[in-house]
Amino acid sequence: MRFQLTEDQRALKAGMRELLERRFGAAELRAATVDEPRLDRALWRELGEAGFFALCVPEADGGVGLGLPEAVLAFEEAGRALLPGPLIATHLAAGTVPGAAGGETIVTAVDAGLVEWLAQADVILGDTAGAVPLRSMDPLTPLHRVVDKGEANPLAVLLTAAEQLGTATRACELAVQHARTREQFGQPIGAFQAVKHLCADMLVRAETARVAVYAAAVTSAPADIAAARLLADEAAVRGARDCLQVHGGMGFTWECEVHLHLKRAWVRAQRGGGNTESEELLAADLVA
Amino acid sequence: MDLAYTPEEEDFRARLRQWLGEVLPKLPPAPDPSDWPGRRAYDLGWQRMLHDAGYADVHWDASPTTRLIYLEETERAGAPYVGANFVGLLHAGPTIAAEGTPEQRARWLPPILRGEEVWCQGFSEPGAGSDLAALRTRARREGDDYVVSGSKIWTSHAEVADWCELLVRTDPSAPRHRGITWLAMSMDAPGVTVRPLRTLAGSTEFAEVFLDEVRVPVGHRVGAENDGWRVTMVTLSFERGTAFVGEVVACRRVLRELASEARKNGRWDDPVLRRRLGRLNAEFRALRRLTQWNVSEASVSGVPGVGGSVFKLRYSHARQELYDAAADVLGPDALDLDRAWVLDRLSSLSYTIAAGTSQIQRNIVAERILGLPKGR
Repeated sequence: MRFQLTEDQRALKAGMRELLERRFGAAELRAATVDEPRLDRALWRELGEAGFFALCVPEADGGVGLGLPEAVLAFEEAGRALLPGPLIATHLAAGTVPGAAGGETIVTAVDAGLVEWLAQADVILGDTAGAVPLRSMDPLTPLHRVVDKGEANPLAVLLTAAEQLGTATRACELAVQHARTREQFGQPIGAFQAVKHLCADMLVRAETARVAVYAAAVTSAPADIAAARLLADEAAVRGARDCLQVHGGMGFTWECEVHLHLKRAWVRAQRGGGNTESEELLAADLVA
Repeated sequence: MDLAYTPEEEDFRARLRQWLGEVLPKLPPAPDPSDWPGRRAYDLGWQRMLHDAGYADVHWDASPTTRLIYLEETERAGAPYVGANFVGLLHAGPTIAAEGTPEQRARWLPPILRGEEVWCQGFSEPGAGSDLAALRTRARREGDDYVVSGSKIWTSHAEVADWCELLVRTDPSAPRHRGITWLAMSMDAPGVTVRPLRTLAGSTEFAEVFLDEVRVPVGHRVGAENDGWRVTMVTLSFERGTAFVGEVVACRRVLRELASEARKNGRWDDPVLRRRLGRLNAEFRALRRLTQWNVSEASVSGVPGVGGSVFKLRYSHARQELYDAAADVLGPDALDLDRAWVLDRLSSLSYTIAAGTSQIQRNIVAERILGLPKGR
């Protein structure tokens, strides 16, 4: 047994991080956060060329031919960078919807009574009859409410958990960075146990979520996926909240990117029917 | 990333499982928790059986993965816990193996492995719990002996121990972390007094040990004089490594039993309680994965690493949540000490304190993993 990333997996993760830092760093994130957000189609195609969408499509069908663990690592990085767009729907449509694999076609899907990026997508999976826009709390995820509840796709749930893991990791990094440099009472605030312990708990939640998400990617078992989603939602939402707390008053402003992480984490936590479904699945597993 | 075991590892698992299936039914019933001499005999007896079957040194020589399999399989089969052999097998033994002289290894290691001698730990003191380096028990050199005076507390198994891994201050003028020495002290030596402490769970799990001019031969010093802190860190890294793997397996079994009990008594119909148990299922699945992750990491690096602190923080709290949930499943029976899980609920309170409190673990995580500055 060797439950650690392989060299190839490390390289894939690092490559994805490098691409996203170059193409969607802090400046791009800020620029994208406007009243009428639009998807960057050039970046979308670049992701397609890098294999982001076709990662799990068999090589015989023109894909990269990798597995779920690799997809999870790529989505963790996308989550960490707060990359906007219906990434999961497009990824899952690669191989069936023409153009999705290469990033030319943007695909979105109905998920638990909501559709993300409906107006910007080229293809919409599911019934969008009676779609009504809502004023989305996350400025980088336009949302429509629909009647159709759709069916929760376990792979979408797992990839969402991977994105949440990315957010949890990023929130911890941002908090630690701030706690090391921001001085109050004559020393960095990270020297105070109250702040230090907030950061330590963020790391513990993120690392617990990490092993749950990675293990679910290896086994694909429904109970493992449900566990991954519960722990990753917790790590992302509480991590972003604690990160905001560590940033103090600045964290409560639009100037600081922390609110974007929290809002996205809240949006993702609604996907696939929310936590209740996963908790019930894991309860049923105990008496199976 | 791989969760599959190699053919050799699977072979080890199969042989161990078969052996456990043969010997466990023949094992005498476990003694009452308050019967310390009985527990000593029972735990040493089990260690002898492990020794005769070739499994005695699995904690020392085996690869981390083999050890993980050993802990999983023994727990799954309901085999006895390491019990009174804990300090010998998981603390003192590995420390002597790593830091002792050939004579010391020959003197102390075989009796631990053969289940002949019990060790206890003399680290903590009334004035130095989490702040271990504040210890004040003093030893002065007199000829070929150290003469030790002071007191220790939270000394597990002291009532039945033959040896004590003892930390003493040999140079009071040196900085706190220097000037400490690691000694192996015979519990039969004149001047050693043991006073059992009753825990809130009712048992005498540990004791106070008073030392009045106790003579310890210089040859029983492990490591150099005044180098005891470094030797101790070696000991503690073993403790935080994979010591809790078997317990995670046990918690997962308890969780299933709770669900089954709740189905019987109707509390399963309460969605809040049911979902809470579901969430605990997620928690203990993840804790098992965390051990597999840490074990895989240790297989590469050779040392347990700070992942142990992450695990201990999460596990100690999860264990308390598990037994709080058990209380809600039991209802009024949760006040009856004769019901299953009630004693375990009381015992679980020690997990966030023992082996470094949660607050200390958070400092370790924040300072050593996240690189936050040391503070007051």
